[in-house]
Amino acid sequence: MSEEKHFISGNDAIAMGVRLSRPHVISAYPITPQTIVVERLSEMAEDGSLDAEFMHVESEHSAMSAAMGVSAVGARAFTATSSQGLLYMAEGLFYASGGRFPIVMMNGNRALALPWSIYGDQSDSLGLLNSGWIQVYVEDAQEALDMVIQAYKIAEHKKVLTPFMVNLDGFILTHTYELVSVPKQEIVDKFLPPFTTVNKMDFERPMNMGMSTSPKDNLEYKYQQHRAVMDSVQVIKDVDKEYEELFGRGYGGLIKSYRIEDAEAVLIVLGSITGTVKVVVDKMRADGHKVGVIKIRYMRPFPEEELLEECSHIKSIGVIDKNISFGYEGTVFTHVNSAIAKSGFSPFIMNFIAGLGGKDISKSHIEGMFMTLLEGDKKKNKVQFVGMGVQINE
Amino acid sequence: MNSKIKKITARNMTGKEYFYGHKACAGCGGSVAVRLALKVLGDKTYSVLPAGCMSAVGFIFPQMAFNSNAIISTFPGTASMLSGVSVGAKALGLKDYFAVGFAGDGGTADIGLQALSGAIDRNDRILYICYDNEAYMNTGIQKSGLTPYGTRTTTTPAGKNLPGSITNKKNLFEIIAAHGIEYAATASVGYPEDYMRKVQKASLCKGTSFIHVYASCPTGWGTASDSAIELAKEVVDCGLWVQAEYEDGEFKLNKNPKEFASVKNYLKSQGRFKHLNDDDIELIIKSRDLKWEKIRKSWDI
Repeated sequence: MSEEKHFISGNDAIAMGVRLSRPHVISAYPITPQTIVVERLSEMAEDGSLDAEFMHVESEHSAMSAAMGVSAVGARAFTATSSQGLLYMAEGLFYASGGRFPIVMMNGNRALALPWSIYGDQSDSLGLLNSGWIQVYVEDAQEALDMVIQAYKIAEHKKVLTPFMVNLDGFILTHTYELVSVPKQEIVDKFLPPFTTVNKMDFERPMNMGMSTSPKDNLEYKYQQHRAVMDSVQVIKDVDKEYEELFGRGYGGLIKSYRIEDAEAVLIVLGSITGTVKVVVDKMRADGHKVGVIKIRYMRPFPEEELLEECSHIKSIGVIDKNISFGYEGTVFTHVNSAIAKSGFSPFIMNFIAGLGGKDISKSHIEGMFMTLLEGDKKKNKVQFVGMGVQINE
Repeated sequence: MNSKIKKITARNMTGKEYFYGHKACAGCGGSVAVRLALKVLGDKTYSVLPAGCMSAVGFIFPQMAFNSNAIISTFPGTASMLSGVSVGAKALGLKDYFAVGFAGDGGTADIGLQALSGAIDRNDRILYICYDNEAYMNTGIQKSGLTPYGTRTTTTPAGKNLPGSITNKKNLFEIIAAHGIEYAATASVGYPEDYMRKVQKASLCKGTSFIHVYASCPTGWGTASDSAIELAKEVVDCGLWVQAEYEDGEFKLNKNPKEFASVKNYLKSQGRFKHLNDDDIELIIKSRDLKWEKIRKSWDI
């Protein structure tokens, strides 16, 4: 049974993925570049092609708060946001993960004010890695659609029960049109059965939820929450495998490597930049340079084991960060370094801060990064700002 | 109210308790407001309470004080979580359930006002009850938007220069009514049958309803623990609390006393107002009279 193909944007792909996942309630607030998701879903609710309640909330804080209420009665909830909106609902993010509400949310990755910028980078979601959500970063519109469906299956798994954030690079993915294969509803229904949980308020067995703990019990709750996200690693792999069997598309679990077998230098990246890096890798390979790329798909759970398995033979590793933790380095770089330090091998490492606030990361930038990695000049500052328009003295 | 529906009174109300074993202070008016409302609403109720007194005393693991479904929301998120619960249950196809929120004065008139406004705008089928003890009591008696003029709180100290709080209570009831809400009412735990009647009426609404209930707080007000109900009667009798309803777009006064009881007696019996001099009290009486003049002119009495 072949799937229909649609020429759609990343935002449209998310909306279609949501419709296929049959949520009961959508509570969402508009924000650029996510707005189209909210518009499409309200259209689908209006024309009846999506049998869900659409709640017009007055803010992102309420979007998340309402989604938790929905989840607390055992219904399936969806919301979407970006940037300032994600920060505005930050209280709810930690609350939702602590309450073990398997809400799925799309986040259009966008820069944070100040200065204002509606354009893309990943400062928003990476700034909230500690909120207890599973975070995936997709590479294209197809992966965006597929991951919404996978997200519900992973989040609602009884060993996981953790909310799930699907991240798309603002504009680059949210607004770019691509040919997307749309799964058939009946197969999605087979893959993703209705949500059932005991973690809900019920009239048969009334429950008090969202309680307070004394210092005696708090650590144990937090441990269970941590355990659940750690346990999601296997669930993510299993779900992706099952998805591939049913729909013919798999994404390789938590990371995805490209031409790294004999690589001397590798760039580690998140999201949409992966495609451009692959193009550069092919070109440089043709010129005789042994380079490759690893796409980190999941930042939470962090794929430490998978990364080390792939990286341990590589002499030179660079990380592209579309964010900066002011006063230190890029967030992804910190994570990669922590993994490397625990493994005991010591490659040459570099951090490239790039693409902030929508700045282009060009092929020549990427080639420059690879050349820096291949040169392996240990005297160079480990944290490099790429494509800076002004001269800096460091 | 539909005449077929049997009115719940003190005589026929259920003996079943839905809120007990909690750790509220002796003589807490807020806990009375929760207890009575849940008796009216019955088994098939979802309660949503934000961070605040009633959640702090009701949900301390493993001592859960609600005998029906209940959940703590974020502090600003009572109305939005309450909406989510109600809409979620509707989407699941559940019938005959009811969703009620209980938030304090700060949780409603300050930090929770935006979410409440959003919920009324959507007209989701929920009842939001604000139990008003006239300051942030759970954190230790700080001024809220519903703290009356002249109140000594820990953030509005009364001293040489200030008489305690120098602002008046926000006009919450009329703010809510201005949304064009299906039903809103004020009530006092001092008049429980009137309060229960209003809860029952609200529970029959198709959309959003709201009750603002005066809930005495002996701990925060510096009064005896057996004074809560007396004070909650007195505040109505001296005219500082107006018992009213808003429905079908009209305001209706429930109680229009010919003569008010003494404001001075009401104020002077409470530690929080002890410092007020005769000029301050005169100011409070004037402000009361102005309010009643307007009400008597424009509301249905």
